[in-house]
Amino acid sequence: MKAVYERPRVLKDVATHYCPGCTHGIAHRILAEVIDELGIQGNTVGVASVGCSVFAYNYIDVDFQQAAHGRAPAVATGIKRVVPDTIVFTYQGDGDLASIGAAEVLHAAVRGENITVIFINNAIYGMTGGQMAPTTLEGMRTTTTPLGRQPAIQGYPLRVSELLATVDGAAYIARCSLHNAANIAKAKASIKKAFETQIQKKGFSLVELLSSCPTNWGVPPLEALKWIEEKMIPVFPLGEFKVKEGDAR
Amino acid sequence: MTHEIIMAGFGGQGIMLIGTLLTYAGMKEGKKVSWLPSYGPEMRGGTANCAVVVSDEEIASPVVTEPTSCIVMNGPSFAKFHKAVVPGGLLVLNSSLVKVDDHRRDIRVLKIPANEVAREIGSEKVANMVCLGALVEATSCVTLGSVIRSLKDVIHERHHDLLPMNEQALRKGASLARAGT
Amino acid sequence: MKMSATNHSVNSGVKILAEVVLMKGNEAVAEAAIRAGCRYFFGYPITPQNEIPEYMARRLPEVGGVYVQAESEVAAINMVYGAGGAGGRVLISSSSPGISLMQEGISYLCGSEIPCVIVNMMRGGPGLGGIQPSQSDYFQATKGGGHGDYRLIVYGPSSIQEMVDIMFRAFAVAEKYRNPVMILGDGMLGQMMEPVSFPDETPPPDPRSKPWATTGNRGGKSRLLSSIILDPEGLDAHNWRLQEKYRRAEKEEVMWDMEKADDAEWFLVAYGTMARVCRAAMTMARSEGIKVGLIRPITLWPFPKQAFEAVLPRAKGFLCVEMSTGQMVEDVRLSVEGRAPVYFYGRTGGAVPVPKGVLKRIRDMVSGKTPSITDYYDRVAGGERK
Repeated sequence: MKAVYERPRVLKDVATHYCPGCTHGIAHRILAEVIDELGIQGNTVGVASVGCSVFAYNYIDVDFQQAAHGRAPAVATGIKRVVPDTIVFTYQGDGDLASIGAAEVLHAAVRGENITVIFINNAIYGMTGGQMAPTTLEGMRTTTTPLGRQPAIQGYPLRVSELLATVDGAAYIARCSLHNAANIAKAKASIKKAFETQIQKKGFSLVELLSSCPTNWGVPPLEALKWIEEKMIPVFPLGEFKVKEGDAR
Repeated sequence: MTHEIIMAGFGGQGIMLIGTLLTYAGMKEGKKVSWLPSYGPEMRGGTANCAVVVSDEEIASPVVTEPTSCIVMNGPSFAKFHKAVVPGGLLVLNSSLVKVDDHRRDIRVLKIPANEVAREIGSEKVANMVCLGALVEATSCVTLGSVIRSLKDVIHERHHDLLPMNEQALRKGASLARAGT
Repeated sequence: MKMSATNHSVNSGVKILAEVVLMKGNEAVAEAAIRAGCRYFFGYPITPQNEIPEYMARRLPEVGGVYVQAESEVAAINMVYGAGGAGGRVLISSSSPGISLMQEGISYLCGSEIPCVIVNMMRGGPGLGGIQPSQSDYFQATKGGGHGDYRLIVYGPSSIQEMVDIMFRAFAVAEKYRNPVMILGDGMLGQMMEPVSFPDETPPPDPRSKPWATTGNRGGKSRLLSSIILDPEGLDAHNWRLQEKYRRAEKEEVMWDMEKADDAEWFLVAYGTMARVCRAAMTMARSEGIKVGLIRPITLWPFPKQAFEAVLPRAKGFLCVEMSTGQMVEDVRLSVEGRAPVYFYGRTGGAVPVPKGVLKRIRDMVSGKTPSITDYYDRVAGGERK
């Protein structure tokens, strides 16, 4: 019998700690499929960040370093500079990347650091229990915006992909969504493109993945996916924001 | 014998360079040496000074608070350091820029019109060398020959066309010291 | 000793010549690192250590190394984490406020057991403080400025030559224990020039030769460098394992120097540039017939308690001299454990104790005029500082 669906080699055969309906699992899976397809498992180093994905190395079977909150792009820079022929990626949430680590990701892009960033945007802090993130939508209730995010008080959601696309050192920047099969397929294609960008030594690459957090949003999983489509995508439009053509630097 | 020397002036007068030159010459003579600069914002056009120790023995402290000899190339430096010189010590004073009638009598004061002398030689930029020549002659902390031989190692190659002028300035300073200006 | 054929210029165009060269401390420490096999440096400008990153930016590319100017000290120390974790021999330098920003990363480096060497050319604090030499980061360096039960192995060299020699040892010790090592200098040591010679070059290690380094698993077992252990039993075990390592370092790495200890009755205790000032004061005191010796800790952690045991039977008193309001003196008191009086003399903010000032305290100590250390603080409060 022909297998039509199987666990990617890079994905470990372990039980998940993620909540039911959380899209981290999908993100892990398509990332693992890309690593498999590119045949780079033995030559890849991941950098785990602080957030729900702090234990990413429990699922993805490559060498890993655990970084301090927000510092993953700096850690990845250090690794890449020592072993430049190794594929280096970070996996960061929105609190980690867009708030405490805003300087690190921005300047990794400015340097055209030849690394790949997988950026999970679910508009909320997950691990610490649903506080406001830089990406929290206007009016959205969190444990630290109990009345909803009010721009006059808490400002506006940060569009990371658009921001980083303005940086010359960024070679590939895309925003995708994980709310349905068609978009998941597109997301996987973008992740693959980002890794290829790195393999071709073109510079900094980042794929932002709109993700759900049913637990902290306080909605059932299916409703959460619908919420991505209806509420998040209008604020965080999908697409490729930067595609550097031509040869390596 | 331990020579504890302070050199002071405006930023741009080449204070750090003559300090380095003397330190280097001392090292080439096999003496123990140290050079400690003032640093920070005051380097940028303000007053600059450095402390040089040249000794036959291991140098304990590179910090000089009571110099055995001192070069002051401008007024503020005179005000700051002339009282610090140990009794019986030497003060080389750039009389082109430091106009003082009254100074201590318990130290030797060499008034050297360094800027005028340097201008006659060809450039006011070597006024620092005139002062160093005088100090070396008056203290014998190193030989003038060592200093002259060190010029090519301390001055950057791109300025090596100026070596003869620097040597001339050192010699002139030494002869003024011998004459007891 | 061999010098490279490259005739690169150092400060103000002084050439590197064969054998002994005249170099600024900051530049010498950078050159020493390269000769000790360091090929990676991550920096951020701050006075008074700027010559270190500047020198590295110029020299590292010549030897196939990498210099990265980070966006902050926070990023820089995390680049060190990544590079050290990937098996690179890494140096980072800064001065006090910048080292404060690195404390998070230093804690993580210790937790994840990643080796590196950190140079702190101390300046006066707290806050932005000043830019003149100081020794007021002793607590931060030896007691841990970051969170958690960790230790840095800390060296306090007192001359440029010793700083150069220690750099070689520092990398070896960092890799032996898989732990960060700090060289605690001060602005004076960084800015001054002295003649220096360099030991033979050590080749840089192959990052892939370290079995724990994350360089890609090559089809083998994946490696992980992490400091997160949520299971209390697991974290407890991890901490005690780290402590075993630190106990071993206490046995094997402690270094100190003693001068004129054979007949001394009174002891000066100082490290770094203050030990030099004390040496001058010791000579002056001895010329007055006061039998003074000098205990100079070279490792500040582990602290050389042994040095005190050796002289305690005949020591009449210890005078600790620092460019701080009294930090190392606490370790001196812990070592002496009340068996002899311990006195203190310190200046801060770039005001440097000078030999004459120390001599005065020696005289006071001998004649019984110096107050106990607690009284000393009372007198400071009363305005008697000099």
